[in-house]
Amino acid sequence: MLGYTVRRILQMVPVVLGATFIIYALTFLMPGDPVAALTGSRPLPESTVQQIRLAYRLDDPFLVQYGNYMLGLLQGNFGIDFFGRPVLGLILERLPVTFALAMTAWVLKLAIGLAIGVYGGLRNGQAGDHFALVFTVIFLGIPGFVIALGAQTVFGVQLGWVDPAGIRAGWPLAFILPALVMAIEASAGLARLTRTSLVDVLRAEYLRTARAKGLSPRRVIWGHALRNAMIPVVTYLGLSLAGMLGGAVIIEAIFNMPGIGGLMVTAINNKEGTVVVGIATMLVLVYLVFNLLVDLLYGIIDPRVRI
Amino acid sequence: MGSHQYANPAADAADDVLLRVKDLEVEFNTSKGVATAVNGMNFEVKRGQALGILGESGSGKSVTARAIMGILDMPPAHIPRGEILLEGEDLLTVAPRRHRQLVGSRVSMVFQDALTALNPVHPVGRQIGELYRVHRGYSRRDAKAAAIKMMEKVKIPAAAKRVNDYPHRFSGGMRQRIVIAMALALDPVLLIADEPTTALDVTVQAQILELLKEQQEERNMGLILITHDISVVREVTDQVAVMYAGRVVEHGPTAEVLSRPGHPYSRGLAASIAGEELKGQRLPAIPGTPPDLLHLPAGCSFANRCAFATEACAASIPALELIDEARHSACFHTREVLAHANA
Repeated sequence: MLGYTVRRILQMVPVVLGATFIIYALTFLMPGDPVAALTGSRPLPESTVQQIRLAYRLDDPFLVQYGNYMLGLLQGNFGIDFFGRPVLGLILERLPVTFALAMTAWVLKLAIGLAIGVYGGLRNGQAGDHFALVFTVIFLGIPGFVIALGAQTVFGVQLGWVDPAGIRAGWPLAFILPALVMAIEASAGLARLTRTSLVDVLRAEYLRTARAKGLSPRRVIWGHALRNAMIPVVTYLGLSLAGMLGGAVIIEAIFNMPGIGGLMVTAINNKEGTVVVGIATMLVLVYLVFNLLVDLLYGIIDPRVRI
Repeated sequence: MGSHQYANPAADAADDVLLRVKDLEVEFNTSKGVATAVNGMNFEVKRGQALGILGESGSGKSVTARAIMGILDMPPAHIPRGEILLEGEDLLTVAPRRHRQLVGSRVSMVFQDALTALNPVHPVGRQIGELYRVHRGYSRRDAKAAAIKMMEKVKIPAAAKRVNDYPHRFSGGMRQRIVIAMALALDPVLLIADEPTTALDVTVQAQILELLKEQQEERNMGLILITHDISVVREVTDQVAVMYAGRVVEHGPTAEVLSRPGHPYSRGLAASIAGEELKGQRLPAIPGTPPDLLHLPAGCSFANRCAFATEACAASIPALELIDEARHSACFHTREVLAHANA
């Protein structure tokens, strides 16, 4: 187990290097000049521009810039933005909002998706199953931003149950609606995966054995079927938790929440490479850590892959 | 059906009849129509008796076993007719609660493939112990101790150490022993073994059969051994029921049925065993294929493959009738078949 974990962490190194390199290259290749973007319509004196370019080493060749950045990263230094603020501080300041939103959405999605999936799986082929299918198709079919804007208009503006935007109300009140919007959209996939997996497991020979042991239907389902059915679901859930962080970026913009998403959008508009790459690196790291946790959890839930 | 069948629980008890299957029919609804998997099945098992159910794939052996255990998937299966009397109680009509009390404890089953029959995410000890917990209300600790004892009884080495291991950590033979331990845990009066050695290699097969036989004799249990392997039937069973297209075509003491078959189908089976005298020759096979279960013929299902068949065979289904002491055959031409064997 320990050896496996260490090996997995070592495997992350090339992934992080590759991912940051690609992101760094992409920001480097972004059209437009960062300094010009900084000043907007009122051009700065040439000498000041030169000074900024020098200070941020914008004239170094790409690989040198990237190398310097990675050296800093190794020391835990994410660099500074054009206002001299450390990027790490900017990220950490906003991460809690994004994290709270993503986690809330994830938990809601878990509850909704599993409930519908298990219900559909147990009523395989019956009316309840078809109802669950229709539900998932509807929510898979509607684009997320439509649900988001719709929910915002109805519950935020017309009914006034919650603030339509912002986080003044704090957690959980300000987070419920955006998280629910994310959860409903994402729960459709989870529900279908859970349903399919459960239907497969219900046909397994060991469930026949369980029934042949004279166990009650409840015990057959809870004691023997569900844990097996959860094996593929766990993998999906872990990966989707990381995916939720990405999804939060869009929802944050719609609901005007001061999370990583807003920071990212501003940084891209201002062509602040250090901030963009910093956020992306952070998300890559979070993703990898979740991936590792999933694989370790997988070993616990399925003894056949115990490591 | 046959004249020897009588349904009287008191008589059954006096005769030590554990299980009596009467006129059992099982149908499956498929997209192409209704398939008749079991078509008027009749047999009985007495205490201490080992009955072999012999037949080829699709003859309804496993479906019969599953019908007895109540583990058919319904739908698509349904049972339009028949009785399955376990010590006088009809398993097809008892309340679900009572059914769960009987199944797993009075009658239990050993499955063909132990790897898929065991739950991969639970330790084996827990899977055996579950029977004690559910049926007898044992504590977790007592159930585990009982599971270890059961594992020792089926000769699993270092049982106390292995009780917490998962099924995939065991070899095929050991896994089958665990399935047997599970089946024997609550001292059933009747054990059904559905092709218990088919998934195992030959040396292990012999060990598992020996274990089953030994446990059956020690416990004076009834045993139903379902197989397509004639040598397995010969080794383990006292009685054999030969199945073809969902019904019993011949029933009697194993040695006699195999050496002096009274039904053309059993005759074909018995002739197809490879032996010294057949060395260098083609193995005699029964010509043709079994009937389509979606469209069973009006008469004898075997008629189209049978050398003895006459017009009478196509017209009506021969009943399972007494042909000799304790021997039954469902054929209009049994006398001829027997005469042939003697010649």
